[in-house]
Amino acid sequence: MRRSIGLVALAVIIIFLALAAVNMHEFGVPDNSEMDDYFIYSCQKETGANNVVTAIVFDYRGYDTLGEATVLFAAVSGVLVSLRVARDRKAKGGGDQ
Amino acid sequence: MRPMSKIVQAMACLLYPSIIVFGAYLIVHGHLTPGGGFQGGAVAASAIALMIVAYGSKKYNKTRLSALESTGLVMFISLGLLGLGVAFFHNFLANTGGIFGELVEYGTNLGNLNTAGTIPLMNIAVGLEVVGALGLMMVILAKGPEKGGRV
Repeated sequence: MRRSIGLVALAVIIIFLALAAVNMHEFGVPDNSEMDDYFIYSCQKETGANNVVTAIVFDYRGYDTLGEATVLFAAVSGVLVSLRVARDRKAKGGGDQ
Repeated sequence: MRPMSKIVQAMACLLYPSIIVFGAYLIVHGHLTPGGGFQGGAVAASAIALMIVAYGSKKYNKTRLSALESTGLVMFISLGLLGLGVAFFHNFLANTGGIFGELVEYGTNLGNLNTAGTIPLMNIAVGLEVVGALGLMMVILAKGPEKGGRV
């Protein structure tokens, strides 16, 4: 029973992956390229950066980078908090927390 | 973690400066070549990891790395707030002719460091933040739970 469910799921995944591979558009020719063309043609004019990726990350989508920095800060805070030991848990018997 | 043998320590000392310089290069040239604050910061933090592996984690203290991280984050947010005359994260230095504000010709060019407005400054801020954050995380994880901390 379990094995057959797994096989069916595998078959479904394979079918969908094969469909996606067959229907894939040609490399380098996306269906919608207005946004890409805008970034490629006006990035150097507007921001002065040669690296389009950095221009998008730090200029056009600054909010996104702010979120990434916040995620990193939250991760460090989590590590700091979780790797701390109470000062006198033994002395108080650990019952007051 | 305990320190490793003299051979590992000598090799780590040889590699440490070049890794730091390569990370700084990735950060500072982020607006011209592939790379940027996150990537360069991760490379520079790997140098800290190397030193922790070679020399043990006792030599590092958290205060300096924590200060580095906070400095980067505050610098990044204040650079975003400085452009608030137009919009949050507006690039107010680009194409003004002043600092980081030289014009760039369209297409392939030799790269000028003095361009791109606030992008290099933000790269440096994010680089400091990533070095501080990843280094701090590795130092804390290598030291393990600390006695005497407050909860």
